[in-house]
Amino acid sequence: MKRQIPMMILSTIGTIFVLAYFSPGLEELEKGGSIFFDVVACFAFFLGGSNLVRVHIQKIARHNPGWGYSIVTLFGFGLMLFIGLFKLGNPLGIAGAPTEPGSWFQIIFQYCVAPLSATMYSLLAFFVASASYRAFRAKNTEATILLVAAFIILLGRTQLGLVMTSWVPDWLSIAQIPNLAVFIMTSPNLAGQRAIMIGIALGVVSMSLRLILGIERSYLGSDS
Amino acid sequence: MATGNGNRKSPSNAVKIILVIVAVVFLISWISKATTGMADSTWLNIRDGFLITFAAFLTLSIFSFLYNDNPFYKFAEHLYVGVSAAYWMCLGFWSIIVGNFVPHASKTLSTFFKVPFQEYSWFYYVAFAFGVILLMRLLPKAGWIARWPLAVIIGTTAGFNLSRYLHSDFMSQVGNTFQPLFVDWQGAGHFFSNLSLAADGQLVMSAGNWIVVVGVLCGLVYFFFSKEHKGMFGAASRLGIWILMITFGASFGYTVMGRISLLVGRITFLFDDWLSIL
Amino acid sequence: MSVGLITSVVFIGGGVLWILVQSVKGRDVDRRWIFLFIGSTVALALLFHIRFGEKATPIVKAAFNQIENLPEGASVLIAFDYDPAMEPEVGPMADCFIRHTLARKHKLFLMTLWATGQALMTNTVEDVLKPEFPEAEYGTDYVNLGYKVGGFGVINVVLSDFRAMYPTDAHGTLLDSLPMFNKVRSLRDIDLIISIGGGTPGVKEWVLFAGNRGNIPIVGGTAAVVAPLLYPYYPRQLVGLLGGTKGAAEYESELTGNYDRFKDMDTPALRMMGPQTMAHVVVMAFIIIGNIAYFRSRKREGK
Repeated sequence: MKRQIPMMILSTIGTIFVLAYFSPGLEELEKGGSIFFDVVACFAFFLGGSNLVRVHIQKIARHNPGWGYSIVTLFGFGLMLFIGLFKLGNPLGIAGAPTEPGSWFQIIFQYCVAPLSATMYSLLAFFVASASYRAFRAKNTEATILLVAAFIILLGRTQLGLVMTSWVPDWLSIAQIPNLAVFIMTSPNLAGQRAIMIGIALGVVSMSLRLILGIERSYLGSDS
Repeated sequence: MATGNGNRKSPSNAVKIILVIVAVVFLISWISKATTGMADSTWLNIRDGFLITFAAFLTLSIFSFLYNDNPFYKFAEHLYVGVSAAYWMCLGFWSIIVGNFVPHASKTLSTFFKVPFQEYSWFYYVAFAFGVILLMRLLPKAGWIARWPLAVIIGTTAGFNLSRYLHSDFMSQVGNTFQPLFVDWQGAGHFFSNLSLAADGQLVMSAGNWIVVVGVLCGLVYFFFSKEHKGMFGAASRLGIWILMITFGASFGYTVMGRISLLVGRITFLFDDWLSIL
Repeated sequence: MSVGLITSVVFIGGGVLWILVQSVKGRDVDRRWIFLFIGSTVALALLFHIRFGEKATPIVKAAFNQIENLPEGASVLIAFDYDPAMEPEVGPMADCFIRHTLARKHKLFLMTLWATGQALMTNTVEDVLKPEFPEAEYGTDYVNLGYKVGGFGVINVVLSDFRAMYPTDAHGTLLDSLPMFNKVRSLRDIDLIISIGGGTPGVKEWVLFAGNRGNIPIVGGTAAVVAPLLYPYYPRQLVGLLGGTKGAAEYESELTGNYDRFKDMDTPALRMMGPQTMAHVVVMAFIIIGNIAYFRSRKREGK
């Protein structure tokens, strides 16, 4: 019962949506199913938020190492949630969009979420540079090909590549680095990406079939 | 023993000094931004000055991780997790629950939230109930029932993805690969009399199409593990991996570019919005 | 050559030389020096306003021409599917697309599949659309549909019916009361979709769930990391593609070159290409130095 019903739900819904793609008459059903999916998916946000609160409360209660920072997480979460759900400081009140210009919600996003998110990812620039110095070695033919391609792209995507090879005559313009970069992107890169894409597509199709047919059951977890 | 105490005290003093320096720097920044602000009122200038300074503080706190892990970084990291989780939750609530469910669920709630009521629909109630069931995952004993909405999510994704991926990422890609191997072919005479290595020339364009056709085939051969990679098959597989290496090289180049752009964005914020020196 | 460029080149040259000497001697260069060096390179290039010109590549030109060739008053949907982490790269694209479409007098439908996209969309509307196009009227020339949860589920619904997913716009106004929606019932009534993003859901989902199914042309603007993955869709499933800051800079140059009203517009992507170029030089130098050190150490081990 605990496993059969979800498997039945999955198989039924999956089969209907596969069939709907080929049957214009089932478009309404497809639309309804999508709305149903969107409503349920929305609760995944609430689940994530609730789980975050639970984990950090446990951390504080048990005085785990770094529990003080959990207070920061809960404070940030609580403050943003309170302001967002009650639309505090929203110029248009409850009728306005949550991100109305000048609303407290938008201000916290602008001056807290945005700098934190952007800076967190910008750290990767430093690590990419460090990895280029420490790990990017022409150890064999394959690695050398990779390195040469990367070099051409790095040069070709800036004005430096143009300046370096601007003397190349028009009849040999493929040797100009920006042109070579475009050629790499639209020919070998496209071929490689397409091979990967076809592989992934077949993987997605077979996994979807396994799920719909009830062969793949790992999403059910264990009953223990 | 005394030395040990001294060693324990010195980092604590260093931390205090750093904290005081950071506080003073940001206080100066706040005052400076508040006094030079262009907003309509003093209060707005003070508020904007604080906000810009706080954003700069958070930016530098994250950057401080590059030196070493430290309390400033941990503070910023934990704040980020909390605030962004709440941000997504609030947007989810207002967009779907209030935007789609309430107009089909209750006139009173629609009036309260000031959204136009549409019509009662059992369909939305069922969807809402499934959503609530998903939250049961938090309860250890009732967690199993959360598999129902999970099955809805996975079933919908599987049903949609199967047809879309098959169409766009498999059949269309196979179709797109069939390109003319001799672009704009007007006979051998024309081809050889106009022979050049110009980027938009016939030879280069044709070579590009050859690479696409052969590259896709050889790339797929490389991913085919049911036959030993030997002989002609092995040679094709070898060519396939070279094509894939060019692909990864191109991806690396683009990744470097993307990451550097993010860094430029942050430094622009610090120099322009905060320090106003650009 | 400007003083700034010379100073930057001298700084980069000096730094690279120092790291080269250390590496050749077999000494380990602390990663923090590497961090400081790359950070300073970008900072110097920004401080000295190092800039280079750009020329559109065919894939960007195709995107530009697609908007250019649409008849006046065409319906264009722009999806802001990104977050602040991608904003430096794709934000300038969003600005360009808004400017270009409104200058061509197209009708603009704004929406997002990312929660963060809604706040960023507000910024673009407030900072670019309203000040630069005061004549554009809400509901007649542009509409903000806001954010909905569901990713591909949302695309699937709006492909057959906008009103089922969006009973109201982001401000709570019924779609039926907006003149723009008089003739628009679903995505199939839209002439062009412009997807700006770099994650999931993003350009790929728009191609899979809207473009191919509804036969609607799609132009993409993505973060550089994702751009190479989307080339297999070009040109049949994706009309044009802007990849990263370089793509945005190329579009900015097209816009400033073709429209007098945009000659003096803010061009953040073009501004970023200076530091970008300098940083690329440093990364390439790191790769070369790392390999020199590697081959020297192999040679020593061989002996």
